[in-house]
Amino acid sequence: MIKLSNVSKSFQTKKGAIQAIDDVSLEVKKGEIFGVIGYSGAGKSTLIRCVNLLEAPTSGSVVINDKEVTNLSAEELLQVRRKIGMIFQGFHLLKTANVYDNIAIPLRLTEVDKEELDKRVTKYLKIVGLEDKHDAYPGQLSGGQKQRVAIARALAQEPEILLSDEATSALDPETTESILELLLKINKELGITIMLITHEMNVIQKICDRVAVMENGKVIEQGRTVDIYARATHPTTKRFVNSTYHKELPANVLQELIQTGPVVRLSFVGESTSKPVLASVSSKFQVSPNILAGGIIQLKQETIGALVVHLNGDQEETKRAIAYLEEQGVMIEGVEVAHV
Amino acid sequence: MSDIQQFIEGRLPIIWESVVQTFQMVSVSLLFSVLLGLPLGVLLILTRPGNALENRGVYQVLNVVVNIIRSIPFIILLFFILPFTKLLVGTSIGIKGAIVPLIVHAVPNIARLMESALLEVDSGVVEAYRSMGIRTRHIIWHVLLREARPSIILGLTIALITLIGGTAMAGLVGAGGLGDLAYRFGHLRYEVDVMYVTVFILILLVQCIQTIGNKLAAKYKKG
Repeated sequence: MIKLSNVSKSFQTKKGAIQAIDDVSLEVKKGEIFGVIGYSGAGKSTLIRCVNLLEAPTSGSVVINDKEVTNLSAEELLQVRRKIGMIFQGFHLLKTANVYDNIAIPLRLTEVDKEELDKRVTKYLKIVGLEDKHDAYPGQLSGGQKQRVAIARALAQEPEILLSDEATSALDPETTESILELLLKINKELGITIMLITHEMNVIQKICDRVAVMENGKVIEQGRTVDIYARATHPTTKRFVNSTYHKELPANVLQELIQTGPVVRLSFVGESTSKPVLASVSSKFQVSPNILAGGIIQLKQETIGALVVHLNGDQEETKRAIAYLEEQGVMIEGVEVAHV
Repeated sequence: MSDIQQFIEGRLPIIWESVVQTFQMVSVSLLFSVLLGLPLGVLLILTRPGNALENRGVYQVLNVVVNIIRSIPFIILLFFILPFTKLLVGTSIGIKGAIVPLIVHAVPNIARLMESALLEVDSGVVEAYRSMGIRTRHIIWHVLLREARPSIILGLTIALITLIGGTAMAGLVGAGGLGDLAYRFGHLRYEVDVMYVTVFILILLVQCIQTIGNKLAAKYKKG
């Protein structure tokens, strides 16, 4: 649906060229929710703007629905953009227009006839749950409601793709939750492909099928959300994953524990969740597992259980225990002092 | 009683005539300076670095021209462009002769006021409209000018009041008007009552314009 190949973008500034995106390739498949996560300055905002050519890539190709879009005429580009909705952190509604007009004006300007226009405004306001707010002005709405209007405005164009630029970053956790649910609903019921960027791992966790992690303009890791959760390899990715677990051990505690055996992070996905593996470890080996922290993460499709466990025992025995756990389908990672 | 009656009979027609002259000068020059100044302000915005018609050359030229004209005091401009005025309207005196310099003075002023009004518009909304595949000319009209309406109205209020001030000096080219009347009767003839009445009318006028401007701006501001 969206295919970026070797996309780079550099900006000329007074201090020289800045490489905002550096050779990024990724593909968003039809019907999925694809997340791009990164800290601010990672280039994700520029990346998502390259999809609808709000920023023209310096090099590389952007293919939407099998059509290369980087070399289109101005007129063709308008038509492509009309099939790609976009929502923003700052909502970007007309302050001087009420909710109805905020949705209706862009439709009018894209030559949607009056009758159809009226139908669409009503339909999409209903979908976002604001059918009673026709006449309200943005100034009278809460942040969450403004984002709903912005979503309705984007949907009313009946796009195949929705781009979300930090759409929940300005909202409180509860409102974020409700907007994420709305995005999920849009994805499921209207079949709209969503590409979003965020710096919040919980957004990825709740709604994304796949995720790419960006740093310094590069994609450093990408894959299915569950895989990223279970076996992140890059330190930045691990930091993001850890941010949802909230299971940080104090360094001094950890230091003390590893004297008597390794501290490991176990991730249970799918089948491995239903087996009593830790109990078997203590009965099969000369190892006593001690659970230090744990949690369950509900991903969009799957559930991941995570435990930080201290395996108390001698080196030989703990090694065998770890091999056994891996055999049982548990994903294991050593917890190093520096990365806690 | 008879004093007032005498004043009304003797001076009212002159005052009324001056009011009409002021209105003529102000309305015609306002009309033309908005027609020229508003697009100029839009052009200043669009050719700015990072905007739709980014063009450093055009922007710099406009910028400098606007600054030059704005730095010339109206009274000097009035005489400075006499040949231009004559060329344009065939005369350099009377109401016609005053309107040209009034416009030349007001256009760059309005252009700057419009520029700053348009700069207040959230560039994110413009981006949102670009992302929806809306044409630039529609974005100018339906986003920039629409969202800037309250500031545009307040800017035009300022421009209008400045214009009224400008007409006072237009008396120097024989265009008449309220300012000229107050000067001739109050200063040259020492008939202070005429001056008081004119000043009072001017105050009233400015008050009304400002009030209407504020009301209109508030009406468009909404939520």
